[in-house]
Amino acid sequence: MLKSKDLLGIKDLSTDEINIILDTASSFKDVLKRDIKKVPTLRGRTVVNLFYEPSTRTRTSFEVASKRLSTDVINFSVSTSAVVKGEAIIDTALTVQALGADIIIVRHASSGVPHLLARKLEASVINAGDGMNEHPTQALLDAFTMKEKKGRIDGLKVAIVGDIAHSRVAKSNIYCLKKLGASVRLVGPPTLVPDVIGQLGVDTYYDMNRGIKGVDVVMMLRIQRERQGTGFIPSTDEYFKNWGLNTERLALANDDAIVMHPGPMNRGIEITSQVADGARSVILEQVTNGIAVRMAVLYLLAGARK
Amino acid sequence: MRGKVFLCHMSKKLLDKKEINRALARISHEIIERSKGGEDLCLVGIQRGGVYIAERLARKISEAEKTEVPLGSLDISFYRDDLRIRAQPVVSRTEIDFDVTGKNVILVDDVLYTGRSIRAAMDAIFDIGRPSSVQLAVLIDRGHRDLPIRADYVGKNIPTSMGERVDVLLEEDGHEDSVQLSVKDAGAEDAEK
Repeated sequence: MLKSKDLLGIKDLSTDEINIILDTASSFKDVLKRDIKKVPTLRGRTVVNLFYEPSTRTRTSFEVASKRLSTDVINFSVSTSAVVKGEAIIDTALTVQALGADIIIVRHASSGVPHLLARKLEASVINAGDGMNEHPTQALLDAFTMKEKKGRIDGLKVAIVGDIAHSRVAKSNIYCLKKLGASVRLVGPPTLVPDVIGQLGVDTYYDMNRGIKGVDVVMMLRIQRERQGTGFIPSTDEYFKNWGLNTERLALANDDAIVMHPGPMNRGIEITSQVADGARSVILEQVTNGIAVRMAVLYLLAGARK
Repeated sequence: MRGKVFLCHMSKKLLDKKEINRALARISHEIIERSKGGEDLCLVGIQRGGVYIAERLARKISEAEKTEVPLGSLDISFYRDDLRIRAQPVVSRTEIDFDVTGKNVILVDDVLYTGRSIRAAMDAIFDIGRPSSVQLAVLIDRGHRDLPIRADYVGKNIPTSMGERVDVLLEEDGHEDSVQLSVKDAGAEDAEK
């Protein structure tokens, strides 16, 4: 069972807790394959999506997961709320709690916001991405997908390619994969793969061809176009030439390697359409698995002892 | 009712291996008789205690009737009514690889007590399909129902007090087959209900 009422990051989870979430998620995946894709488990509970950053897929995924568990889910739209009038985050969250929220799902551009709310609120808080810190449910759904496709995570070679420095997805994945016994390689330009990350027990490669040689999983990250011309990458064309994933490069990985991407993808910048839509891509399955994993997290947190 | 079983000093054996076997043999014949050897028959064991009992019943029915009986397992975690009251049990898998619609489903559990698990199991099965009928087979009926639920097939009725616990121990779990009655220790109430 989970020790905490909140899910703030993978860093705080034990290996056992991660495995409980993944096992529970596989039962929920069975539910999603049925004609009736809904269970009454959390009937009467209220889930609030409190997103301070734009998000379509994560917010929708949490919304679908909440509905499949029979909760009432409310999307608190920040741009139309009192937030634009300058309401403090903590006041907004306390208001949402007073409205009856049992679980609050938070995304914010500043690291640590979910942790602050978790301390102040009785409701469970789920971190749906905080600044450059963590995005735990993404790492859990990635691990779930790897386990489903490869049968195990222990001993897998995983290359995470792209903008590691600014990526909460990468951070959560590194914690998660290390706890589950995978060996992790970080691949990208030196400006985007900082040395400090090497201290997490991972290998760093600046050469893409060497970096993905012999790996079981290639996880591509999104290159934000805004980074272009800021000194991090020279141009998107040049980035693609050096670190983009195409069919020829993918051939360097193991024959049965899978290709992952948390979305949204920039086709032609970090990945070609041929690879993204190819037989080894599990990108859409990641989306489906995200619902099952988020159902598992909601279910386990709802029953956690407070 | 499975998992870690600590038999305290006061435990008393209610059924031994032979008696369990006889009870299941009788139930299997009653099922065959009442379903008239029906082709629509299928067995669904409730996780976790009912699964091995269902397997044993299916084997006996298959041997007697010389036909394979569809067998599945049902996890009821997502249908329980006590999520707020206690920590969740570890979720097991529901594995029913046949269509239950139109079938005569026999739900199987080891011990019938409050009836809440059976209520949950019926909700769960109807989310999977629409059986033409649902019946209930249990190895032990210990009484103390909270709901209007009764078993169609009972291995043994055992009057108990609510301060007692009943453990069905099976070879499949690494025990010697037996049914044990013991006094519940203070902390065990949670795990029992």
